[in-house]
Amino acid sequence: MSPRLTLATARRVANQLRRDPRTVALMVLLPTMLIILFRYVLNSQQAFDAVIPSLLCIFPFNIMFVVTSVATLRERTTGTLERLMTLPIGKIDLLAGYALAFGLFGVIEVGVATTVCITWLGLSVQGSAALLVLIAVLDALLGMALGLLVSAFARTEFQAVQFMPLFAFPQVLLCGLFEPRDHMIGVLSGLSDIMPLSYAVDAIKLVTSSTQVSAELVRDMGIVFGCILIALLGGAATLPRRTP
Amino acid sequence: MPGAPAGATAVAVSALRVVRGGREVLHGLNFAIPTGTVAGFIGPSGCGKSTLMRAIVGVQVVKGGTLTVLGVPAGSAALRRRVGYSTQFPAIYDDLTVTENLRYFAAVLGAPPSDVDRVITEVSLEPHSEALASQLSGGQFTRASLAVALLGTPELLVLDEPTVGLDPVTREELWDLFHSLRVDRRVTLLITSHVMDEAARCETLLLMRDGRILMRGTPDDLRENAGTTNLDEAFLRVIRDAERSRS
Repeated sequence: MSPRLTLATARRVANQLRRDPRTVALMVLLPTMLIILFRYVLNSQQAFDAVIPSLLCIFPFNIMFVVTSVATLRERTTGTLERLMTLPIGKIDLLAGYALAFGLFGVIEVGVATTVCITWLGLSVQGSAALLVLIAVLDALLGMALGLLVSAFARTEFQAVQFMPLFAFPQVLLCGLFEPRDHMIGVLSGLSDIMPLSYAVDAIKLVTSSTQVSAELVRDMGIVFGCILIALLGGAATLPRRTP
Repeated sequence: MPGAPAGATAVAVSALRVVRGGREVLHGLNFAIPTGTVAGFIGPSGCGKSTLMRAIVGVQVVKGGTLTVLGVPAGSAALRRRVGYSTQFPAIYDDLTVTENLRYFAAVLGAPPSDVDRVITEVSLEPHSEALASQLSGGQFTRASLAVALLGTPELLVLDEPTVGLDPVTREELWDLFHSLRVDRRVTLLITSHVMDEAARCETLLLMRDGRILMRGTPDDLRENAGTTNLDEAFLRVIRDAERSRS
């Protein structure tokens, strides 16, 4: 692990993103636009209040997932990854560089969404707003790390995009947005318990509903953070230097 | 850069077998390339040249045999600063400029920042250094990708079809560069091509076909053996002889 190589990679990835303003605009604004849309679809502040914390997790999570999985797949298919594998850079340096660059955009993305939710859409946060943003950023990073991990299993951009319904949608269905997690039938409740997004949604619900930083909140955030690390390490492990 | 001792071997390959997609594509290759040589791997497309180059730089899964590069097994971490590799299909980021690309790869290599300008000059891309790679012509893109391999102080350059699609003037300049690297820094160069007029510029030729090396020698050896002054003609005769002796 080398901070110098991680930073060089992050700078390179950020430079590439800068050249693609449409992707940046989609990444930064799309979650906010979808949340606004959802607010007026429900047309009830009470119904919206019940789902808004979950939405703050779900939309950034999904968008980061798909953007990172396609970006890293592109690196693989254009031959630059093979070139990097012959150079003195660790796989973890490469992935950490991606994480840093996309994480930066994730902070902006979540910052915009949270600001709009609080100032316009009537989100009331009992706990600390900073903590809310931190949880939402962790959650965007979780989407990013899982996107990096699964892109190792995709051969084409078609497959990478299809991995979103495969890996991300079940987490959305089971995270407690549609039905409280403990009301689900046994199998689904169990599945929900092993899905990282569930803990991100639980954490954000806790911070919006209580001024207390409870042990449960800390535990949920720890689980999300742990999943990010595991996904990044898993991503590095599945990135072979030699290919058939 | 301390030169390697005279007579040293840069690349030694023995009984190398590679299987791709369930089919054996390299059938037990044996050869050695002395340090400070320009070696040309010549053969039709699909003969296994690129697979061999990938094996030498350590990104190809190998079925059997041994590959020793600069005294250590191919793919060793220690080689990552000592071997420059340019892939057959140019591999740079097309949404970055030429300079941004080279700056990134120089940073990865830990090469001095001044290397970026040096390699841009070496591949004659000065007028396009600030152009996005996606806006370069095919030949310029190839040269930008080749420039990455020249960063730092590689002792071995593995260049897969480095001059394909380039105009004759640029090709001439690159061959001058390759020979000066060999003379001034005792760099060993492995260059693949399917064009015979490139073969004439190499010191030693390895003619490949269907995953085998048919013949090894200097361009003059090849002409003499085949009894013709035309290298294309000579290569065809080598192939015909090989097929006759196999059947």
